[in-house]
Amino acid sequence: MTTNATEPGESNAEEESIAVDTSEKQGKHPVLYAVLIALGITVFLLVAVELAGGNSVLIINGMLREAISPQTAAVAVAVIGLNVHFGYTGLLNFGQAGFMLLGAYGFAISLSRGLPLPLAILVGLAAALVFALVLGAPTLQLRGDYLAIVTISAAEIIRYTGRLAKLQDFTGAAQGLAGSTYRGAFTSLSFLPGGGVTWDPLGWVAGKVGLGNVGLSLSYQATGVNGWWVRLVAWALVGLFTAGIYLLFRSPWGRLLRGIREDEDAIRSLGKNVFAVKMQSLIIGGLLGALGGMIYVLPSSVQPDAMGRSLTFFMWTALLLGGAASIFGPVLGAILFFALRILIKGSAGALIPDSIMNTQNTEAFSWIVIGASLMLIVIFRPQGILGDKRELRFSV
Amino acid sequence: MSEQTAGLSSMAEPQARLAVTQGIDRTPGAAKPDPILEVDNIVRKFGGITAVDVGHLEVQRGIITALIGPNGAGKTTFFNLITGFDRPTSARSGAHWSFDGRKLDKTSASSVALAGMVRTFQLTKALNRMTVMDNMMLGGRDQKGENLLFGPFWPAWRKQEKEIEDRATGLLQRFKLLEKRNDYAGSLSGGQRKLLEMARALMSDPKMIMLDEPMAGVNPALTQSLLGHIQSLRDEGMTVLFVEHDMHMVRHISDWVVVMAEGKVISEGRSDEVMADRAVIDAYLGAHHDTDLGDDDLLKDDSAMEQLSDEAAAEEQDKA
Repeated sequence: MTTNATEPGESNAEEESIAVDTSEKQGKHPVLYAVLIALGITVFLLVAVELAGGNSVLIINGMLREAISPQTAAVAVAVIGLNVHFGYTGLLNFGQAGFMLLGAYGFAISLSRGLPLPLAILVGLAAALVFALVLGAPTLQLRGDYLAIVTISAAEIIRYTGRLAKLQDFTGAAQGLAGSTYRGAFTSLSFLPGGGVTWDPLGWVAGKVGLGNVGLSLSYQATGVNGWWVRLVAWALVGLFTAGIYLLFRSPWGRLLRGIREDEDAIRSLGKNVFAVKMQSLIIGGLLGALGGMIYVLPSSVQPDAMGRSLTFFMWTALLLGGAASIFGPVLGAILFFALRILIKGSAGALIPDSIMNTQNTEAFSWIVIGASLMLIVIFRPQGILGDKRELRFSV
Repeated sequence: MSEQTAGLSSMAEPQARLAVTQGIDRTPGAAKPDPILEVDNIVRKFGGITAVDVGHLEVQRGIITALIGPNGAGKTTFFNLITGFDRPTSARSGAHWSFDGRKLDKTSASSVALAGMVRTFQLTKALNRMTVMDNMMLGGRDQKGENLLFGPFWPAWRKQEKEIEDRATGLLQRFKLLEKRNDYAGSLSGGQRKLLEMARALMSDPKMIMLDEPMAGVNPALTQSLLGHIQSLRDEGMTVLFVEHDMHMVRHISDWVVVMAEGKVISEGRSDEVMADRAVIDAYLGAHHDTDLGDDDLLKDDSAMEQLSDEAAAEEQDKA
C-alpha cells in the first residue's frame, strides 16, 4: 500500500532540501501555483468570451455570487466533515449527503412544528448522531470498503424514506418542505435591517473608487430570504468549524486519527482503542454534515432529491480539489468547485453557438467537465491544491 | 523506562541467567520459576488445518526467549493469538492465557498492549506517511490529548506532550534515529523501520516485548546493533520473546529456546541443548545446521566438502 514514499529521487531529494520546516513550505508553494493556474485559465477564458462577443462581466459576477452563496458555505461545512472522515481518518464515507438530509429534516420538521431554534438544531444533530452510530457499529470493525458500501446505501434509504407519500405530513414527501414553514425563527434573529433594504458592497466600492457602473454587483436584501444575514451566519460558521478542526487536528487526538488512517493494526498494538476513535471521527464528521444540511436548506427548501448521491460526489470532488487532510482544503475546494462550474458553463454558453450547445447542454457540459476533472485530480494530483503529497495519496 | 536510568536488573549477569535456566526441566511446557506469561490449551484451526495447538507454555520473566521452528510451524499465528490479533478456535473450550497475573482470555489487542505486552510485526508496520517523531509520539500511553474532550484545549495536554517528546527523543537517540526525527517514516530503510517499530513499542514502557522476526531483511551491520539493543533491553529488566529464523542470532542472544513444529511445542531448553536435540534436528535444523553455507572457505577447502559428503553417506547407511 505504501511503498510510494521510498521511491528514489523525488522524495529523497525533497526530504533533504526541506529538512527542518516541512509543514510551512509545503503549504505556500502549491497555493501560489494553483491560484496562478486558476487565474490564468480564468483570464484566458474571459478574454476568449469577450472576443467571441459574450459578456465576461456577467460570468465573473456569476462566479462571485456562487462563491459567496450560503449553499456554498453549507457544502463547505459538510466537506469539512468529510475531511474528518476521509482526509484524517481514512474512512470512506459515500453518504455525506445522507447526513446533510437528516440534519435538514430534523431541523426543518422541528421548526415547522413550533420547536425553538436551539432545540431544532439539537434534533437535527441527534438524528445525525444516531445515524453515525447505526452505520459505524457494524462496519467500523471491518475493512474500510464496507463503510463505503453501507454509507452510500444508507443515504439513499434516508432519501427514499423522505420521499414516501405516507410521510407527507412530516417530510412533505417528494415536494419537500417549503422554506417558509421553518425559516422564520432564523430570520427573526437577524440584527441587520429588514424590510426590503438591499446592500450591494461591490457596487458601493466601485462607486467610491470612481469606476461607475462596471456591471459587477452583489445586490442582496440585508435580511430577506436569501440575503446577507444567512450569508454572514453561514460563512461565520465555516470559519468557526475550520478553527475548531484546526485545534482538533494539531492535538494528539488528530495524530491518533492519522495513525489509524495509516495502519490500524499498528495503532492497536500500541494499546489504543481504534474502534472508539474511528467512531468519534465518524460522529464528528457526521454532525458537521448535518449542520451543513441545516445551512443548505435555510435560503431554499428541503428537497430530498437535492441532497442525493450527486451532492455526495460534488463534495468528494470539492475535498479532493482543495486537498484532503488539509485545514483550508475543504473551504477552498468548495468555493472553487462552484465558482469554476459557473465559469465553465458561462464560457461554454458564450463561446459555443446555440446550434451546437444550447443552455441546457452547457449545464450538462459543466457537470461532465467536473466529473472529468475529478478523475484527473485523483490521477495527477491526489493531494489536491493544499494537501501534502507525501502525506496523502489516494490509496485505500 | 524507569530501569533505563536505575541500572541493570539481576538478569544482566550471565551466571544469574544460567542459574535460572539450569533449574528448568527440559520437557515441552516445563514450569518456570517466575513465569510472566502462561499459556494453556490454545488451538487455532484454519478449516481442517490445525495451525497452532499449544497445550501449555510458560515464559520466564527477565530473560530472552526465542521461538523457533520451520516455516508454517505456527509461530506467527501463536504470536497473533496471544496478542489479541486473532482468536483461538478453542476460545470457548478451555483456552486460557495470563500475562503477569492478569487473565487475557477475551481481551482485545489494545488491552493486551495496555497490560504491558507490546509486539512488533513481521512485515514492519511503520506509519510511512507520518514523521518518525509522530510515529514515536503515538506510542505514548494514557495521553490526555488523545481524549476527544481534551484534544482541542492544548493547555490540558501540553505538559504531558513535552514529557512524551523527551522520552521519544531519548529512545530515538538510543536507536540512532534522532537525526531522522522529521523525516517521513516511509523514507527510512527497511532496517531503520524495524528499529523505529521497536523504539515505538518501547514508548509504552512494556513489561514484555514480542518481536516477530526482528532480523528479517536487515543488513548485517544493523543486525549487530539490533542484537545489542535487544540484549540491553533484557539487561534493564525487560522480558523479550522473539520469533526468528536466523540460528546464529538465536544462539547468540537467547537464554531459552522454544521450538515449534506443526503447531506444537516440540522442545524447550537452552540454545546449545536444543540444538543438540534429536527431535529438533529432525524437525527443523537438519544435520548440518552448524555449517555456515555462506562461508567461502567451504568451497575452497575440499576436505570440508568431503567431510560433508562422508557424513551424508554415513547417514544414508544409518537409514538403510
